[in-house]
Amino acid sequence: MDLDLDAATLDFRGEVRGWLAEHVPRPGLPSMDTAEGFAAHREWEATLARARLSVVTWPREYTGREASLVQWLVFEEEYYAAGAPGRVSQNGIFMLAPTLFAHGTAEQRDRILPAMARGEQVWAQAWSEPEAGSDIAALRSRAERTDGGWLLSGQKTWSSRAAFADRAFGLFRSDPSSSRHHGLTYFMIDLRADGVTVRPIPQLDGEPGFAEIFLDEVFVPDADVIGEPGNGWRVAMTTANNERGLSLRSPGRFLAAADRLVDLWRQRGEPEWAAERVADAWIGARAYQLYTYGTATRLAEGGQLGPESSVNKLYWSHLDLGLHETALDLLGADGELAGPWTDGYLFALAGPIYGGTDQIQRNTIAERLLGLPREAR
Amino acid sequence: MRFTPSPEQRQFAASLHDLLSGADTPGAVRAWAEGRPEPGLKLWRDLADLGVTALRVPEECDGLGAGLTDLVIAFEVLGYHAVPGPLAESVAVAPALLGDGERLRALAAGRLLATVALPPHVPYALDADVAGLVLLVENGAVYRGEPETEPVRSVDAARRLFRVAGTGGALGATDGSAFEAGVLAVAAELLGAGQRLLDEAAAYARQRHQYGRPIGSYQALKHLLADVVTRLELARPLVHGAAVTATARDVSAAKAAAGEAAYLAARAALQVHGAIGYTAEHHLGLWLTRVRALTGAWGGGAYHRARVLAGA
Ligand SMILES: Cc1cc2nc3c(=O)[nH]c(=O)nc-3n(C[C@H](O)[C@H](O)[C@H](O)COP(=O)(O)OP(=O)(O)OC[C@H]3O[C@@H](n4cnc5c(N)ncnc54)[C@H](O)[C@@H]3O)c2cc1C
Repeated sequence: MDLDLDAATLDFRGEVRGWLAEHVPRPGLPSMDTAEGFAAHREWEATLARARLSVVTWPREYTGREASLVQWLVFEEEYYAAGAPGRVSQNGIFMLAPTLFAHGTAEQRDRILPAMARGEQVWAQAWSEPEAGSDIAALRSRAERTDGGWLLSGQKTWSSRAAFADRAFGLFRSDPSSSRHHGLTYFMIDLRADGVTVRPIPQLDGEPGFAEIFLDEVFVPDADVIGEPGNGWRVAMTTANNERGLSLRSPGRFLAAADRLVDLWRQRGEPEWAAERVADAWIGARAYQLYTYGTATRLAEGGQLGPESSVNKLYWSHLDLGLHETALDLLGADGELAGPWTDGYLFALAGPIYGGTDQIQRNTIAERLLGLPREAR
Repeated sequence: MRFTPSPEQRQFAASLHDLLSGADTPGAVRAWAEGRPEPGLKLWRDLADLGVTALRVPEECDGLGAGLTDLVIAFEVLGYHAVPGPLAESVAVAPALLGDGERLRALAAGRLLATVALPPHVPYALDADVAGLVLLVENGAVYRGEPETEPVRSVDAARRLFRVAGTGGALGATDGSAFEAGVLAVAAELLGAGQRLLDEAAAYARQRHQYGRPIGSYQALKHLLADVVTRLELARPLVHGAAVTATARDVSAAKAAAGEAAYLAARAALQVHGAIGYTAEHHLGLWLTRVRALTGAWGGGAYHRARVLAGA
């Protein structure tokens, strides 16, 4: 059991650190949930890609470096420590791409991945529907067969960054006689296609961070179906564990935030009442870092991400929230002033909801890891 | 980087687990609490046969010269089975305090049990009546400790605590590493105890019915136990990580997190069991009181969090 980084990883860390020190925009970019900020973040993705740093774990042919998971974790640590911009491409990179690697065709990968890696095409996740939130298998949007493809109709909602994104991926009911997780198909959709209407939804901070997507007989060619028609649920589940289990929030983000919190606590004169909470934030970030090194080791040895990814998601969402609440409490009366800590706080508030709510994660842990009796579903 | 126990470590943990599962550990704990250490000492002899007592003794004194990662792997299993006796003291700490080859050989072989007080965080010598060697560490110096004859009562009846006074001149000096090893061992013990409490609670929740359903089907209990899983799963890498880095900051993070996780497990396990868990007859109480005692022993949450902040 060790925590040693090999020479290649140490070199890589050095390269990343040096590059970020030179390239991270100061001051930071405007919010990616505005048209201007979205464009700036898209440009940043292109800048990252030119240094082959946008998708380090991918194969070289798709502008990656075939970095190991540990190297990716190191990249993320450096990335957040440097205060680099949020990743506008994250849903494509961390959810769609793994799905394409697992279930896509070579043609799909060649066509989609390079443009994604360079930020030329930004992807939105279109899973949730008005009547299908936690219970995603209740989805109603449908796909009807037509010449050379499918006609998609229905409504998706809460789709992050869809207000400005180029394309979206989601599940549609392709077998009208099916129910629940049967008869679903995984599609990639052009958000500029005829029949698509995107209606931005302002979030708590007032910016349109997510959107509704209305589809009215939108044509999608067969080439944009991932996996077999009717097999969409299984295809989608690959990404669900990826999202919860590793990629959605890497430890680097919380390590950087915990360090900033310790600094803030010092600046405020090390108040005794906050010591426990500040220490717990640091301990929590360190725990999550080490836990993730363990996960990376397991995956490198051929393991799979299973229900334990719910442990991960439940943990970091609370770590993030607690950390930001503590910062705002430390700031006292100034805690209400809009700034990086309130931004981070509003962001953290959604953590226990998206990617599977706290309650759903707890059900999964209890049923799948502890073997407690399943809920009626 | 390979941040997971090695196959040999897993094998070692599994053989310890098999040994202890086959022994009546709860019976040994109860007897120990009543001042009848013989069944517990029998366990210690079996553990010595598997090499537990030799872990931290250098090879030139017939020990295994094992690292801290082996230590925490072993202590998690010892905690899981609530093994009685001065475990951290004799196995993790004493080898780092003694320079004397004869005593080290005796420790390694399990012929000698040692205990130690390290005030202020370890003010009492655990099981000084059973131990063949009682030590006291004060201001970095190691002394022979003279225990009082009557123990001080612990909330965990199997932890027989003794006040000690130093006698004679210093036997030697110690840097902080002996204390760190003790803290780490106790953190691992807490982790194991917490895991046991969780396993007991989950097993009971699957089997006990009320209102015509297994109580484990109620979300209130599912969610309570899911939170315990999460705490324990995230405390374990801290314990393993601290064994790798051995920094004071990581050791303290491990103790604080393992203590908190085990304590949450204790509270949840009692709640899931209801009244049966509150009885002296049920073995749950052995872990409930052990966890409460170890949460404060070897530095409580406030002390270890302060060390985290000092090092962060
Ligand atoms: C900031 C943000 C970004 C998002 N981005 C995206 C995106 O990009 N793409 C996308 O598809 N979706 C996105 N979502 C939607 C998100 O996935 C859903 O909000 C989530 O799945 C929960 O669904 P819901 O909001 O409909 O809540 P509901 O499912 O209606 O749940 C409401 C409450 O009931 C509880 N509940 C539901 N079922 C159970 C049960 N069986 N047991 C116990 N409690 C239960 C929930 O835990 C919750 O507390 C986003 C959400 C947010 C907040």
